[in-house]
Amino acid sequence: MTAETLLASLQLSIPELILAVGAMALLMIGVFAGEKSASTVTGLAVAVLIIAGLWLVLKTGEGEAYGGAFLSDPFAKFMKVLALIGSITAMVMTVGHARSAQIDRFEFPVLLVLATLGMLLMISANDLISLYLSLELQSLALYVVAAINRDSVRSTEAGLKYFVLGALSSGMLLYGMSLIYGFTGHTGFTQIAAALTAEGRSLGLIFGLVFVLAGLAFKISAVPFHMWTPDVYEGAPTPVTAFFAAAPKVAAMAILVRIVINAFEPVVADWQQIIVFISIASMLLGAFAAIGQKNIKRLMAYSSIGHMGYALVGLAAGSMAGVRGVLLYMLIYMVMTLGTFACILAMRRKEGENVENIDDLAGLSQTNPFMATVLTVLMFSLAGIPPMAGFFGKYFVFMAAIEAQLYALAIIGVLASVVGAYYYLRVIKVMWFDDAKGEFARTAGELKLVFGLSGLFVIGYVLIGGPLGSAAEAAARTFF
Amino acid sequence: MDTIIKAIVFLPLIGFLIAGLFGTSIGAKASEYVTSGLMLIALALSWYVFFDVALGEQEMIKVSVLRWIQSGSFDVEWGFRVDTLTAVMFVVVNTVSTLVHIYSIGYMHHDPHRPRFFAYLSLFTFAMLMLITSDNLVQMFFGWEGVGLASYLLIGFWYKKPSANAAAIKAFIVNRVGDFGFSLGIFLVFVLFGSVNFETIFAAAQTYLPAEGAAAGEAVVTLFGMHLEKADAITAACLLLFMGAMGKSAQFLLHTWLPDAMEGPTPVSALIHAATMVTAGVFLVARMSPLFELSPDALTVVTIIGAITAFFAATVGLVQNDIKRVIAYSTCSQLGYMFVALGVGAYGAAIFHLFTHAFFKALLFLGAGSVIHAVDGEQDMRYMGGLRPHIKVTYWMMFIGTIALTGVGIPGVIGTAGFYSKDAIIESTFASHSAVSGFAFALLVIAALFTSFYSWRLTFMTFHGKPRASSDVMHHVHESPQVMLVPLYILGIGALAAGYFFHDHFFGEGYAEFWKGALFTSAENEILHEYHHVPLWVKWSPFCAMALGLFTAWYMYIRRPELPKYLAEQHRGLYQFLLNKWYFDELYDLLFVRSAKWLGTFLWKEGDGRVIDGYGPNGVAARVLNVTDRVVRLQTGYLYHYAFAMLIGIAALVTWMMFRSSF
Repeated sequence: MTAETLLASLQLSIPELILAVGAMALLMIGVFAGEKSASTVTGLAVAVLIIAGLWLVLKTGEGEAYGGAFLSDPFAKFMKVLALIGSITAMVMTVGHARSAQIDRFEFPVLLVLATLGMLLMISANDLISLYLSLELQSLALYVVAAINRDSVRSTEAGLKYFVLGALSSGMLLYGMSLIYGFTGHTGFTQIAAALTAEGRSLGLIFGLVFVLAGLAFKISAVPFHMWTPDVYEGAPTPVTAFFAAAPKVAAMAILVRIVINAFEPVVADWQQIIVFISIASMLLGAFAAIGQKNIKRLMAYSSIGHMGYALVGLAAGSMAGVRGVLLYMLIYMVMTLGTFACILAMRRKEGENVENIDDLAGLSQTNPFMATVLTVLMFSLAGIPPMAGFFGKYFVFMAAIEAQLYALAIIGVLASVVGAYYYLRVIKVMWFDDAKGEFARTAGELKLVFGLSGLFVIGYVLIGGPLGSAAEAAARTFF
Repeated sequence: MDTIIKAIVFLPLIGFLIAGLFGTSIGAKASEYVTSGLMLIALALSWYVFFDVALGEQEMIKVSVLRWIQSGSFDVEWGFRVDTLTAVMFVVVNTVSTLVHIYSIGYMHHDPHRPRFFAYLSLFTFAMLMLITSDNLVQMFFGWEGVGLASYLLIGFWYKKPSANAAAIKAFIVNRVGDFGFSLGIFLVFVLFGSVNFETIFAAAQTYLPAEGAAAGEAVVTLFGMHLEKADAITAACLLLFMGAMGKSAQFLLHTWLPDAMEGPTPVSALIHAATMVTAGVFLVARMSPLFELSPDALTVVTIIGAITAFFAATVGLVQNDIKRVIAYSTCSQLGYMFVALGVGAYGAAIFHLFTHAFFKALLFLGAGSVIHAVDGEQDMRYMGGLRPHIKVTYWMMFIGTIALTGVGIPGVIGTAGFYSKDAIIESTFASHSAVSGFAFALLVIAALFTSFYSWRLTFMTFHGKPRASSDVMHHVHESPQVMLVPLYILGIGALAAGYFFHDHFFGEGYAEFWKGALFTSAENEILHEYHHVPLWVKWSPFCAMALGLFTAWYMYIRRPELPKYLAEQHRGLYQFLLNKWYFDELYDLLFVRSAKWLGTFLWKEGDGRVIDGYGPNGVAARVLNVTDRVVRLQTGYLYHYAFAMLIGIAALVTWMMFRSSF
């Protein structure tokens, strides 16, 4: 590698460099300033993420870097912006809650920055090796974050479960990668695709594909690799759950899209079946299992499982419309989820304790009409009721599936969303028609801002859907 | 003239809107005065139109208001057709309606919902005027349904009374049966003539049938699988239209709603269920006379149904104890007379009876209202008696109504209104060439006897004899205020004199000049002249029937008051049969109400509840919960279960891909 190419590579990855250097610097600041520096470090971490995001949007060009291991293209940019927004928002939401959730340690923002760095690298990964490394960087940070509240049994249990199962999935992923390398002789996505076109598919390669997809499905919590999700969502401190539900999902979905469309484009008929299967399984399980939940964080866990299933419907289509649908779906999903978690974080009794049961929302329409209205809008949107954003997300992926003649998939998806509507509507019913049990404490400003913006986005999507749609289309065109 | 006619029709609508929309804000007094005042104007204008159109030289007036429906060859507009028939109805409807409005100011003055009451009265009047002024069948149907609606609202005016609600619903549903026939009739007329406009239909009807002796022609319409050629198609259309008339005019088989409709306030009974709405059926047949004249078969059916109704209702009236029900059955019976007249082609006599009947029947009802008012809401004649000294004016007004209804008069000399019109009907029936004229004549004369009996029975039971009410009630008996009595005077004058003044015009020398073709009679129809030449005994028979009825009533209720009870004991079966109105309500309950309810309950519990809900929403919901239970149970919390699930998942996927690849 010559100096010139190295310089060019560095230039393409400046946002990632900002995060890497920033994370180390923040760690230093934390170490030297001591335990009390948590809020300072959080503020600085947000600043670092914002700078990286601005650089990404304004200055970063397109091209390959580091010998093809790193790729900067419109798709990557779109997903990176999403991931950064998710991370920033989640981090902002922790500010008021760090103390009560016992995550007021300076390591926490640093870990989030590292996880975000992993995500950005993962989104840009164009090689099995860089994919694995970035994925592990992100995961290791997340394992720790899940268990950040060391004094809570549930938090540590969640972290441990996540770690063990994550290790298992990493093993599968690695095994699959080795099979793919063994049968194609390449690790780069472009080369793998070329080799598959040249030599055709072999059973060993298909095995490798299955294992790789299983490893990635674990990250987006798709059925049957979803089992960790409800326990981790419930057990982890709520700000952490909010983080889990947004940015990492975007990153994992991005790499899943990239690997199947870039590297395995020649064996589309094979991966399509796997995607269809896990998509259907996720949608159905997400719809049915959520009905039985009383804890709203668990409910959101199953909700996210279901939503990943819907997003995969678009991927299963394997067309440009499908990928565009996935991108829009992830965007809308992330906004809805962050807004909902902002509401969940606002569920704090006057005495100071946080509550998480759906019943605790009873009578919210009387005690806090603004939050009740926003949460209602968000629930309608999650259920996919027009004219909320969630409807358009579903509409685009289902349309893509129908155009790809995956009728059964689309029909099952629509039916599952009907079943799923029940538990979202139940939340609304509890808020508007049940008698209030007690009031929540005054909502913190940043949470109000987050769920207010989120609600505004969801309602106003009709108006801003055009530009967002064309941005997603530009990103999706990368592959076609 | 156009403006006057529009004013007559729309003034009541304005009254309705004012009292209905702003009644609560302007207050009850204002609502009463506004609606009654507007009605007074409409009344004055109506008489003006009557003198101009019916008695004067004015030809038929046509006023078009608005285009309504235009679809293909179907063209309907809102328009008024004012000929003598309409002018007569104008006078009848607006006179009675205005008097009832005024009377109600006194009668309803305790009621808290007077604005609503007056709004409904005006709404009814508007709808009735729409019906009679219509120049096509569809607009007529609008008015027809409008009066049905107003009738429903007014019968159920005291909506807190369950019996009033039941009666209102019954009236509405029974009328639906008739209206179903009416609407089919309108469709059929449209199929046959390609128009619903009276002018077009009547013009085409003249030459519609093939000439005598010509070939019958091919089928023009298929009805219920029967292929009908022209003559039969006309008969079918007429019968369907008549079905509507039967419902609205409470004719035999569809009569059950009228007695129950007495649940409404008494002025309503006078206006809607005696003088105007129930005569809409008679009006319809008279209006459609150019069609009915083409079908002797349809006319025969009209005659038979009318005669049976006249007889049947009179028999039931003999034994009823509720003062309003007696008059209600009397109305039913008199409507039967009108239909017989229509059936034998004496359209003029029918409308004449409609005209006079409106006066004396409204008088009787309002008089009965005055009696009920006096005895504190009591309606059962068994608890009245001996009221004459206390309410003299009401007594004399009721007396006038009774002699008009029973037709007191000396043939060939002079008589009350009912005498002229009823005798004209009976004589025409005898004189007609209808196949059933003998049958109808006999029934009508017997009905006249019964009419006399129950009318005098009502008078004697209410006003004569010893008081049977509690002394408390008797103590409070009082004459009604002038606002209620003045309408009685006016109606009383009409009941006495309307026959004498108008019989020549309606059904005599002045016939052609008066009607100017508004009632169509075919060339062979000579009834107008023939009825004068009936034998003397026929002329005297109604008089004898009346006298006999009067004597019997006097003997049974004044001379020997214990006799009725003895007779009822003696002929228990017959008495119960009549008292229970020939058991029609029970029969219909068994045949239609219970079976419909059974079917409804069956479809509800079994069809909807078990099948549709059970396998539909509820079943699906229950299955969803089952699935949820199982899925939730998978989430055990044990790490090794989770790992196992992942491994099973991947094993399944690998296996599937392996098998798929090998094929």
